Amino acid sequence: MLQQISVFVENKAGRLCAIVEALNEVRINIRAMNIADTVDYGIVRLVVNDTEKAVATLKEKSFTAKVFDVIAFTIPDKFGALHEVIKVLCENNINIEYSYSLMGKNQSEAGIVIYIKDSEKTAEAGRVLKEAGVNLITPEDVA
Amino acid sequence: MNYYMKEIETAPRHELEALQSFRLAQKIRYIYDRVEPYRKKMDEAGISPDDIKSVKDLSKLPFTTKQDLRDSYPYGMFAVPMSEVVRIHASSGTTGKQTVVGYTQKDIDIWAECAARSLVGLGGDKNDYVHVAYGYGLFTGGLGMHYGAEKLGAVTIPASAGNSMRQLEMFRDFGSSIVCMTPSYAISLIEFARENGFKKEDFNLKAAVCGAEPWSEEMRREIEDGFGLKAYDIYGLSEIIGPSVSCECVEQCGMHVCEDHFIPEIIDPDTFEVLPAGQQGELVFSCITKEALPLMRYRTRDIATLIYDKCKCGRTLVRMKKPQGRTDDMLIIRGVNVFPSQIEAALLSFDNKATNYLLVVDRADNLDTLEVQIETPAQIVGSIADLQAYEKKAKAAIDSAIGVGVSIKLKEPKSLNRSMGKAVRVVDNRKIKNKFEG
Repeated sequence: MLQQISVFVENKAGRLCAIVEALNEVRINIRAMNIADTVDYGIVRLVVNDTEKAVATLKEKSFTAKVFDVIAFTIPDKFGALHEVIKVLCENNINIEYSYSLMGKNQSEAGIVIYIKDSEKTAEAGRVLKEAGVNLITPEDVA
Repeated sequence: MNYYMKEIETAPRHELEALQSFRLAQKIRYIYDRVEPYRKKMDEAGISPDDIKSVKDLSKLPFTTKQDLRDSYPYGMFAVPMSEVVRIHASSGTTGKQTVVGYTQKDIDIWAECAARSLVGLGGDKNDYVHVAYGYGLFTGGLGMHYGAEKLGAVTIPASAGNSMRQLEMFRDFGSSIVCMTPSYAISLIEFARENGFKKEDFNLKAAVCGAEPWSEEMRREIEDGFGLKAYDIYGLSEIIGPSVSCECVEQCGMHVCEDHFIPEIIDPDTFEVLPAGQQGELVFSCITKEALPLMRYRTRDIATLIYDKCKCGRTLVRMKKPQGRTDDMLIIRGVNVFPSQIEAALLSFDNKATNYLLVVDRADNLDTLEVQIETPAQIVGSIADLQAYEKKAKAAIDSAIGVGVSIKLKEPKSLNRSMGKAVRVVDNRKIKNKFEG
């Protein structure tokens, strides 16, 4: 299962830079990033090529980092493609908590990460999307 | 110069000490016979009531702490049967439990006498209109000054706290001349008066008696200018009796202690040694006249200094400098006693325990604010909703634990100050200076 790292940051200049810098130093490749924000703080969500190493690095730098399972898939850059996938989830009564984009495997396709709160539901989502022929992104794909 | 009890207030030191010694020896016998926890303490320390013959022997006695009162909650330290108790007061609790104190009729009379003395010392007499804007209730402020004003024969106005418009109308219409209130309320009343078109000429105020919380010389000037009066500092704590344990006289140079009732000492809070006059340390009081709760060597945790020089007002009663801090980490937020340990306990009381926190105290628009900065526990860093739910939970737990509304600020791990490996738990930005800091 693909994993995402969530990092707590105070909403002030320099904090995102510190995260990225820490990962740069150990040559971690960031494949996707999303920031959820409030007035005082935010959560930086990352998909990287080596989750374990990235988490260890961040913890060493005193960041609060936690790993979550996510589902990611690619869709072709054409009309109706997203609907095809979301419809499957909808039909199975699976709720998406949040979502963001990541690199597709080539220029004619988009990658999408979705987070589903419940781990059983996450596994179920992976299964139903696979059965529907959706092209899932694996950890190996981002490594 | 006016005195309420001239003989006592201007007594030569040796006469005062003779009176204190006599009362102390009597009172020690009294509590040894009547208060189980004291008898145990004294027996354990190998002290018999016969060992205490004069004030010089005071230092032989064990201390009393707030914990002793908590351990014997609610009435375990009382020296009289409840049938003799006519009044109860209580102070804000620190572990959920309040500290309960009791008074016999004689204790109430002593208290009223002390409060009357305070009022006279700052220029009051029976022609005054004493407006009591401290809260009435379990808090000792309101009723303490109320009975003192009545004892003095002044017109007593039991206004209690709150409702600023009504307070100012009463000042104006009832002719209030001496007002008792917390200094922060005085400041907010001045602002309220300005905003609502009152002028100081509308009032007949000559003195404000301000206590129950720390205040600065700047605040004193602001109160004096704002209302066109003199502002005096008063000190007291319910465990000893309430407000008027000590109070400033017209000279405004330290608070005269009612030494014939309460013997003050200054101790080193680490070694417990009694410190020589003039040295700063923890203030300790022994009650030598009270009946219901005559605490001996009660550690106030307030840092103060005693000055034995004769005051320009003619009083020989020792003066204490305004408390200059505390030996424990107690904070006074909007008049409520708050200990960091209460907040720590609240943070540990629910899931996702946070162990690193910092309390930032400030004063905005003359109202104390308390911000609790928390190093965010890793478990909740999933979604903004989780973080916000955590903030809400933390706020609810802390608010109900300390009885004061706080704001929560989530911080990154290790972002909070540490000095020498020990966490700094409190930053007080209120900048309450006092004149004795030089």
